[in-house]
Amino acid sequence: MHEMGIAKQLVQIAIDSIPRDIENPKVEKLNLRIGRLASVVEHSLTFCFEILTKDTPLENARLDIDVVPVMVHCNSCDNGWEVTGPVFKCPFCEDGDVEMLTGREIEITSLELADELKI
Amino acid sequence: MEIDIQKKVLEANDTEADINRMFFKDQNVFVLNMMSSPGSGKTEILCRTLAKLMPTVRVGVIVGDICTTNDADRLKVTGAKVTQINTDQFGGDCHLAAHLIIASAKQLGCKDLDLLIVENIGNLVCPAEFDIGEDARAVVLSVTEGEDKPLKYPLMFRAVDIAILNKIDLLPYLDYDAELAVDNMKQVHPHLPVFEMSAKTEEGFEPWLEWVKIKVFEKTGK
Repeated sequence: MHEMGIAKQLVQIAIDSIPRDIENPKVEKLNLRIGRLASVVEHSLTFCFEILTKDTPLENARLDIDVVPVMVHCNSCDNGWEVTGPVFKCPFCEDGDVEMLTGREIEITSLELADELKI
Repeated sequence: MEIDIQKKVLEANDTEADINRMFFKDQNVFVLNMMSSPGSGKTEILCRTLAKLMPTVRVGVIVGDICTTNDADRLKVTGAKVTQINTDQFGGDCHLAAHLIIASAKQLGCKDLDLLIVENIGNLVCPAEFDIGEDARAVVLSVTEGEDKPLKYPLMFRAVDIAILNKIDLLPYLDYDAELAVDNMKQVHPHLPVFEMSAKTEEGFEPWLEWVKIKVFEKTGK
């Protein structure tokens, strides 16, 4: 539901990251890392991104999303594992002192520019 | 050509939230972010809470809604300082972002407050994602919603410090398994303190009030 806000930030960061000295830049791809527990719906984000990037260097750029698993660590028994459902109790010692290590990321890692046209 | 970026997309909000945190520390006010789905009884809980805490604890409330000032009007009756944010002026957002909070907090004037409560927009998804510089987060679930809400919205129930199970006065009339609802919250967030209460009858209200008073004291010394 807040994907438009996220897409706006994404576009802003991407535009600001394009070197000023490149003439008529064209972004082909944005590489993102999004955690499985982050509240981002991929097709909503793509939809918003397409609307926002019309007539910008990002128009038609592809969003390449690396989905980050929810990895946790039990502070009681020191075990670590991947959480695949909404249950965060430790399966080894049954304790609940479980810390989330990854899975909430909403990050832009890089962008890929098309080669400059040689005229 | 690949350009390395490595940035959090919500960095702008996180930066604003850090500024808010410094402001609230400077003003010596404890900030509680209350979240829930629409209709869980947040406003009624706050009306009763304010009536019991004030004037010993000086409370201000920032109310977030997409439209109307109805909730703020209800809360003003308690004598608390209340301000309303309507997000339709900001694009109908489904959550309160950090930059909206600071403007409202300054408008309220936090210097003579001990506790600032932010009644977030009714939504179990988006508000969990946005840091507003608060000291603690609470989620309200009511017994007229499904017992499996915590499993359906795990981020929200992971992201909070306490939960309230509200409207327990209705339990005799419903096929609702309160024990299962609490158990589901603990599956997602095992050590989560849960206050089972009815804002209407005030059954189970005291432990919640005590928690608020302790938290305010821990931060402000008041």
